[in-house]
Amino acid sequence: MDTKIKRFTLFLTLIIVSVIVLVFTKKNEKTAYILLNSTHEYQKIALKSTCPPGFKKNEKNECVTVTLYQQYHKNNKAGMGGLQSGLPENRDGFSPQQIDLGRYLFFDPILSADGTISCASCHDPNQGFSDGLATSIGIGYQKLKRGAPSIWNVGFFKKLFWDGRSNNLEDQAAGPLFATNEMGNTPENLLKTLNNIKNYRELFAKAFPTRAITDAIILDEILTSITAFEASLISLNSRYDQYAHGYHDALSAKEKEGMNIFRSFVARCAECHTPPLFTNQQIAIIGSPEPEGVSFDPGAEIPFNDKTLRGGFKVPSLRNIEKTAPYMHSGKFKTLRETVQFYTNGRGHAVPKDEQLLIHWHIWEPQLTDDELDRLVDFLKTLTDESFMPIIPKTLPSGKAIPNKLEISPKNKSHIRKQLF
Amino acid sequence: MKNTAKLFKILTALFLVAIGVLIGKTFFNSTGDQLIPMPNSMRYKTATVSDSTATKPEIFNGKILVVKNGQSIQKAVEKASPGDIVRVFPGTYHETVYIDKDHISLQGIVQNGSWPILDGEKKLNDAILYSGDRISVENFKIMRYKGNAIMGQAGNNFIIRNNWIIDTGVYGIFPQYGKNGLIEHNVLSGIEDAAIYVGMCDNVDVLHNEVFNNVAGIEIENSRHCLVENNYSHDNTGGILIFVTPGLPIKTTFDVIVRNNFVVNNNHENFGAPGSTVSTIPPGTGILIMAADDVIIENNIISNNDTGGIIITDLENGDPKANDPNVEGNPDRVIILDNLMYENGNHPIGELKALMLANLKTKAPDIFAYGGGVGSTILDKNKYRTFGLSAFGIPSISDTQDVPTMMLPQLVAPRSVSKEQLGELTYFGICAGCHAMGSRLIGVDTEIIQAIYAGNPEGIVDYISNPKNLREDYPEMPPQNYLTEEAKIAVAEYLLKLKN
Repeated sequence: MDTKIKRFTLFLTLIIVSVIVLVFTKKNEKTAYILLNSTHEYQKIALKSTCPPGFKKNEKNECVTVTLYQQYHKNNKAGMGGLQSGLPENRDGFSPQQIDLGRYLFFDPILSADGTISCASCHDPNQGFSDGLATSIGIGYQKLKRGAPSIWNVGFFKKLFWDGRSNNLEDQAAGPLFATNEMGNTPENLLKTLNNIKNYRELFAKAFPTRAITDAIILDEILTSITAFEASLISLNSRYDQYAHGYHDALSAKEKEGMNIFRSFVARCAECHTPPLFTNQQIAIIGSPEPEGVSFDPGAEIPFNDKTLRGGFKVPSLRNIEKTAPYMHSGKFKTLRETVQFYTNGRGHAVPKDEQLLIHWHIWEPQLTDDELDRLVDFLKTLTDESFMPIIPKTLPSGKAIPNKLEISPKNKSHIRKQLF
Repeated sequence: MKNTAKLFKILTALFLVAIGVLIGKTFFNSTGDQLIPMPNSMRYKTATVSDSTATKPEIFNGKILVVKNGQSIQKAVEKASPGDIVRVFPGTYHETVYIDKDHISLQGIVQNGSWPILDGEKKLNDAILYSGDRISVENFKIMRYKGNAIMGQAGNNFIIRNNWIIDTGVYGIFPQYGKNGLIEHNVLSGIEDAAIYVGMCDNVDVLHNEVFNNVAGIEIENSRHCLVENNYSHDNTGGILIFVTPGLPIKTTFDVIVRNNFVVNNNHENFGAPGSTVSTIPPGTGILIMAADDVIIENNIISNNDTGGIIITDLENGDPKANDPNVEGNPDRVIILDNLMYENGNHPIGELKALMLANLKTKAPDIFAYGGGVGSTILDKNKYRTFGLSAFGIPSISDTQDVPTMMLPQLVAPRSVSKEQLGELTYFGICAGCHAMGSRLIGVDTEIIQAIYAGNPEGIVDYISNPKNLREDYPEMPPQNYLTEEAKIAVAEYLLKLKN
């Protein structure tokens, strides 16, 4: 009897121990992506094999977008119209590994010439993937001409940059990387830097498994990975979306009032900021002013070499707009209230006297009341959704620290600004 | 003998008659029975009743919600479910009605000459906004709004009928981004842009409407497959406009028939808002075709439009706007069939007047074409006074009677997905923000949920409707009440079937 009990206890203990070990290892395997490896001098990083939220992995190891908007009829290729309109085509089909590698690259300041600025320096997830500044700050604390646009839902956009000069994300990503006043790098230097980091060489080999492991990292792979990550930033689950899907209690009476002003033909906001993405993805000349002391920005006139587009900018999406003050291409307006006020102050009221602009026909004199402007702001705040926020890496493959700027408070920011100007 | 002679005479007479008939038949009627010769297109001058979806009777099994004077139409709309009728009795209603659900009929009742009146008192923006599928709006008098009387945003399969609309601001009836719709038997006046504005739509019929004293009567803009028939468009600045506006997300207008309309006396002073598309339209414009392709103008009566009966132009000459590299700005393959036109172009103004004077004319023509475009044709050009039509050939068709409607034979597919698809869209589109198979995100591992609720999807539905925090080391889940009951059970079942 005794031996039987002993045996049973032993057996039970074994089972319990193995279960504990199993659970423990499993937990480690799936939650901790950053494993310390003592045989290396650097920290070894593994890439996720699962898709980010909002994506389903297919049998080809591709992450395919899944949203509730896919249940609706798509009347037009532009993918817009009303509450229940299908979305336009977007960039997806990247592997989980490419997306995750893109995440590391996005946050890694090693991508800039002097190792101080990452993509996330200006597209900070904690500030709606913008930077809270009127215009962004480039390498060597250079003040840039335009503000950093939010990159939520950027995978749906066909025109990129404020002036719409790019039509694909890879091309866009190359822009700031190699602009002398932004990240200041060169393709040669960037490739040299990354190819000298063993960790990155291994990660790129995993994200691009069709080529030889020993092959050098090429520029296309870098741009593809950054694109993969950026295209994974989906924000389509705001309270507004709940209303759109049929749950009308998602919005308060004031917010509904704001929505009706927003889509009315008096305010006409929805004519250009058309749902579901809240942009019609066109260039519009609205005649919004520059901050004091800043010269007039010709916008789309330059890349399109077309005088009729002078002062034209891409209509920005309004999703998460609450998070991305200040507003307009050069941050003239500090609050949403000031911004909506601009649209009712008169057609072309802020256009410099020596400029002849072909102001957009929807910019008119809607004579909105103060109450109506307040309601518009109420409604704009229902477009906030960061439920698919990616995780900021704690450790980077380059071994560099995440730049401090990501953590600085607005107080410090004004301090930096004082230093700068 | 006498009889024989008589018989012979009769036979001879019959013979001669027979020969005469034969000769007559041979020389004067080689194709059978004789008909009065007339152009083919004159044989069907009345609009046919089409077999479109809007004319088919429907089985009704919804509710009727009654709204009487003093009550709120919007409140009734909020109570209504798809398939219901909101029936509004005579009275004056000061409100904005918005319909963000499918298959609602807003039906006014006119009693003893009294209408249900939507009166915006020049304080309210729009009278009726809809985004749902299969919305119909009928029998309302709508007046004094600042925006639009009836505006649709992406609602398909719409019917807007028998409304009397006066001075409702920018537009009267304005479906936008809609497919398969009918706008008929409406009367609109005093609108500062277009009375009926079909914008970025497909498959819309505009029939039997009267539009007058507006800046634009009927406007088909950046839309395809539209029929404008049997309308009376008079005393507007411009009668009927078919064009492309650059800078919009939908870039084309084509396949439009303008048939059997009266387009007369469109000489109203232009009172459009500065900067608006129509503010540059010269008074006296009958039909304007700008940058639109494959437009057919047939059997219209077009008279006394002082600038011109039909004006065909491109964006470069016609529209002072920012260029759009994705828009092709020339009107191509316009077809002008038989039309009745007289006394157009009597008082041209501005650039057109200068152009006419340069050509030693004081009057502008009935039909005026200026700018780019290829492949346009006209039937019987010599009937009209024309300018700029030298490149117009002879059309390959003489009528459009084989096109009774541009509406679709079937409704645009309802917005529906299977239960499993809905489950998948909801799981990956929403739940995946916090839950994943085999790992902890913000919420519990999906595998753990599967273990707890195996065979019990209703348990998941109960939990997500009213979550109780069961684990100290996890944040509390917010209630997912915004999901429909259908979506909740679909996602619960989908989640339980998921495999890693």
